[in-house]
Amino acid sequence: MDRFVFLTLDGLSRGAVYAAFALALVLIWRAARVVNFAQGAMAVAAAYVAYSVSAATGSYWLGFLAALAAGLLFGAVVDRVVMRYVDHASPLNPVIVALGLVLLIQAVLGMVYGSEFRPAGTPFSREGFTVGGLALLSPYDLFVFAAVAVVVSALAWIFARTAVGLRMRAAAFAPEVSRLLGVNVGGMLTLGWALASGVGALAAMLVIPTELGLHPHAMDLVFVSAFTAAVVGGLDSPPGAVVGGLVVGLVLSYVSGYAGSDLTPLAVLVLLLAVLLVRPGGLFAPVAARRV
Amino acid sequence: MSATRAAAPPADGAVDPATPPDLPRRRGNTLLRHLAVVAVAGLVLVGMSYALEPFRNFQLATVAAYLCATAGLTVLTGLNGQLSLGHGALMATGAYTVAFCQTAFSDRGVTGLWLLPVSLVAAVAATVAVGAVVGVAAARLRGPYLAGVTLAVAVVVPALTVTFDGVFNGEQGLSVPVEPPPLALGPYFPYERWQLWVAGAATLLALLLLANLVRSRYGRMFRAVRDDEVAARLAGIHVARTQVIAFVVSAATAGLGGALLAVLAQSVSPGAFSLTLSLFLLMAVVIGGLGRLAGAVWGAVLLVALPDLSHALTEQLTLSPAAAQRLEGNLPLAIFGITLIVVMLVAPGGVQGLLSRLGRAVSARWRARRS
Repeated sequence: MDRFVFLTLDGLSRGAVYAAFALALVLIWRAARVVNFAQGAMAVAAAYVAYSVSAATGSYWLGFLAALAAGLLFGAVVDRVVMRYVDHASPLNPVIVALGLVLLIQAVLGMVYGSEFRPAGTPFSREGFTVGGLALLSPYDLFVFAAVAVVVSALAWIFARTAVGLRMRAAAFAPEVSRLLGVNVGGMLTLGWALASGVGALAAMLVIPTELGLHPHAMDLVFVSAFTAAVVGGLDSPPGAVVGGLVVGLVLSYVSGYAGSDLTPLAVLVLLLAVLLVRPGGLFAPVAARRV
Repeated sequence: MSATRAAAPPADGAVDPATPPDLPRRRGNTLLRHLAVVAVAGLVLVGMSYALEPFRNFQLATVAAYLCATAGLTVLTGLNGQLSLGHGALMATGAYTVAFCQTAFSDRGVTGLWLLPVSLVAAVAATVAVGAVVGVAAARLRGPYLAGVTLAVAVVVPALTVTFDGVFNGEQGLSVPVEPPPLALGPYFPYERWQLWVAGAATLLALLLLANLVRSRYGRMFRAVRDDEVAARLAGIHVARTQVIAFVVSAATAGLGGALLAVLAQSVSPGAFSLTLSLFLLMAVVIGGLGRLAGAVWGAVLLVALPDLSHALTEQLTLSPAAAQRLEGNLPLAIFGITLIVVMLVAPGGVQGLLSRLGRAVSARWRARRS
């Protein structure tokens, strides 16, 4: 029972990060109908910026802010410089271009920083509080929950309550009509990419210290897990992404705790296939007639 | 699903530039023409195997192995419209199967020239089985969903070799015992030349089969499903079955390619079949020209030549050893990434698309001058 409680809490903490990363994927999917396969690489690049800033200034928080700023900037640049010019006639094209970005970003990171694992610092201890001999959440886990909760509420507030959020939703829902009504559709798209990439950078900052460390490929498996989370929730639904993230985090935590951590990649694949084959629209999608 | 929606051709009749034009109409017997091309290519290969130094022979053999995989992928992605990021994992399946077969043969002391073909066929069969499983799942998925699942396959399968390291020997991988060239070829027959002959023969056979398939009823069905699933269904084509067939064919060639790579390197390890390999294959296919077998050749050549070129380039620069090592390892990746993005933005037809456009322009001008 102790172990179960521990695994559940650990899974929720991991799941919170997957939720944030899945949310980033969902944001771009809703805005541009593109699954950003370069999300992981862009987030790692932002984490490397944080590493450099922290190493230069000695402050974790300056690095943290730098990562968020770099994430926002990368998202805007990727949209303005590359994605805007991709021919969307075939859904394959944006995916292929995103994969080209993955290779490019990882190669540049490898050239500048080398491909060894670098330690990533944490602002709080990762030692769990013990209650009656039972190790529970660590201060760092609480920080992760708080950060993800702040981001999710902030996004919900932006999209539901602000004029910019309304414009972004309008631009995604009906670009032509919004343009006629004076919405800067291109600008809203760039803003969507920047926001999503910023959230991705935050997720990378939160997850990398809990794994092996900073590495150009550090987010590969996290990306697959987060993609699974987004699909579990349905690619179109932000609340679904959050729930999906927590579900995936829990499943992975139980699998690695009870069956061995080597099996987690396999568990991700099985979960992804199971969801796609049984409910391709995700758990939250209304049952829809399939095309063809 | 909006992804399928977006795939519909534009209403104003403009041709989607990413899809190659219809195959040119050619006279004569398709099979005979393909056989003639393969025979000429085989003769050229044999000639080159004598003219080139051993290391170049080995490189050419590696090109042949990659060509199997890229040709299969270009049929799947270019002609059938299914994106697979998991072909590296399928190559790994073929490679490990060949390792098991060859080890089993050599443990039992069986020798003979027929062993290698048997192992290669076993590798293809194993990959077909794996490909059928993935393909059945893939046939139900579209666009980004399919890409996500195959990406998961590419990340997970190399990890499995570490999970079950009792069977696959973890990161170190297995060795592949391969017999020396037959004595009938003479005692001093260079080993690299024999490697090129083996890889070249297998690849030419695979290409011949693929080329005929592309021009057959099945090839037309692949393209019909790619262009418009609803129309294909209305024309009596079983969409899901066609997609599974395309995936299985593509998996078979990928398995053969992986098996050949294992035979050439005489070892297999998960590091050789990482996600990066899968992305490289896709890139090679896109840069060469999606859906064109000739483009797959360009792609395979690039896959072998680019690391070589970047090695030569970094040797020209004076750098500290650590920096040089970083640069050399990552330069091909960066070049590939940039080229992929630029090709997708500027010339979606790839190298072969540019070449055939050039060829058409030249022949049109020549005809205009004659008339």
